[in-house]
Amino acid sequence: MTDLKLTKGNIALAEGALQAGCRYYFGYPITPQNDIPEYLARQLPKLGGTFIPAESEIASINMVMGAAAAGKRAMTSSSGPGISLMQEALSYMAGSDTPCVVVNIMRCGPGLGGISPTQGDYSQAVHGGGHGDYHNIVLAPASVQEMFDLTIKAFELADKYRNPAMVIADAMIGQFQEPCRLTPKEPVVLPEKPWALTGRKGRTPQLIKSLYLGDGEQEAHNMLLVRKYREIQDNEVMCEEWHLDDAEVMIIAFGTPSRVAKTAIIQARAQGIKVGLLRPLTVFPFPSKQVYEHSSRIPNVLVVEMNTGQMLRDVQIAAHKDARIHFYGRPGGGFPYPEDVLRELKKAMEGAYERSL
Amino acid sequence: MNAVFKRPESLNPALTHFCPGCTHGIAHRLIAEAMDELGIVDRTVGIPGVGCCVFLYTYFPIDVLESPHGRAPACATGMKRAQPDKIIFCYQGDGDMAAIGTSEIIHAANRGENVTVFFINNSVYGMTGGQMAPTTLLGQQTTTSPYGREFKNEGYPIRMAEMLATLEGVAYSTRVSLHSPKHVNQAKKAIIKAFEMQINEMGFSVVEMLSTCNTNWRVSPLEALNVIEREMIPYYPLGVFKERTGKDFL
Repeated sequence: MTDLKLTKGNIALAEGALQAGCRYYFGYPITPQNDIPEYLARQLPKLGGTFIPAESEIASINMVMGAAAAGKRAMTSSSGPGISLMQEALSYMAGSDTPCVVVNIMRCGPGLGGISPTQGDYSQAVHGGGHGDYHNIVLAPASVQEMFDLTIKAFELADKYRNPAMVIADAMIGQFQEPCRLTPKEPVVLPEKPWALTGRKGRTPQLIKSLYLGDGEQEAHNMLLVRKYREIQDNEVMCEEWHLDDAEVMIIAFGTPSRVAKTAIIQARAQGIKVGLLRPLTVFPFPSKQVYEHSSRIPNVLVVEMNTGQMLRDVQIAAHKDARIHFYGRPGGGFPYPEDVLRELKKAMEGAYERSL
Repeated sequence: MNAVFKRPESLNPALTHFCPGCTHGIAHRLIAEAMDELGIVDRTVGIPGVGCCVFLYTYFPIDVLESPHGRAPACATGMKRAQPDKIIFCYQGDGDMAAIGTSEIIHAANRGENVTVFFINNSVYGMTGGQMAPTTLLGQQTTTSPYGREFKNEGYPIRMAEMLATLEGVAYSTRVSLHSPKHVNQAKKAIIKAFEMQINEMGFSVVEMLSTCNTNWRVSPLEALNVIEREMIPYYPLGVFKERTGKDFL
């Protein structure tokens, strides 16, 4: 097909941001995501956009907040250590209903760690990360095409719910190349933002704030946030179900491990082992209903992650009570290989329901 | 009969939360008068830091973005880049700008962001109860420098207006005081000048205002004005440290 182009994951993501109408990017260098700011530094001026190499990740995300509060689509990207620095402003934006897109091309940690792929920032992304009770919308691409598609989706969801959206991909998906179609599935429509801070002319003054000191105000505001998160959970779950119809074992994995799992599933089926895959594309909202329904029918579950079991906890909460959940994780710095997954599949089927690291 | 003195239209008729004797209220009034005179209130967005200044929206009938502690200049950067035709100002205290937000203020100033920053220097963290700030004077007792600030332990007070004036991106940097009618009038001229710098797209402008915190200084409102005159001005001299007269960018 002529419209497929060999593209690197990070570049597909950056192009997705541009095609989503993002014209404001602020960022600070960190490996393995530097292709994103470097690409946008070249492209944004041609489109009348703004690129600022910020003095820190803290400044980057606060610049995003300023542009987003003005009603524009704005983005920053980083990797673990930089994302940690952004948590303060992410909490403020969640608390003040300010949409933005933040990209985390995850590198292994904790601390400075290394630059090899990991999924160690799952909990930080999905369960808050900053202070207070809040959620980001979190999308987890597993291919270069999804780096493009889900970045556009992230902007749509961020604006629809006035909430920060994160794209979390591991360094592998950011760095490798695949054929990719760099046009949106549907035309991108920029929404009206009547709440934006554009000066009061013709209307009453508007505020974007998260401070509520009046009696009962903070709880009332937090309940509004809770209702928003429930709405997101009800309406926005995306997951891939692969060979689950006749499966006797279900693998649950996202990102790179889901691709490794697919290879393992092909090999397993060649050996007569019926395995399927449930792959979350959104990890918040988490596909809890899907996990419950499939695990009530396929009680043998294998969770594969490139961490020590962060999504595992969400699976355990969601799964049917009779499900037997086996975990295989690599804690960053190493990969799960298809033969590893195959081995763990067999353990899962034998009833060795434990964590295998 | 002509009204010779009235509430500025750019100031809400709100009861103030500031302590009696605090000069934040004077600073607010001067900014409102400046917005009136320049006719910019319809297109102005205010960005306060945290602390006593956070309730900006209570007093000004303008759009307001609440920013995290110290980060107002970064928020202002994104806000102004997204809408260069709007007037964007930050309103920061000394615990905000001279401590946690030094990185953000220095780099916004150095980029020559076309925004205006009003900097309230009252030498302490006010809202949190009078802890030592980077601007606390040597020998000054605070709740966290109970024996008086001593340079060997806590270093020297930071002169922000002078420091920012050294940066090429800065169009206007001045220090004024709010302790007497004469100084208040001078402060108003500085505020108008700072806004004009932004209106004329000259670059970054900052007005440091020496202010009282009589509650945390543990002195009467009247004595607090004397403290500014007697103790603050000798260390924090008033004056214009940088003023760009034309578009004389490097």
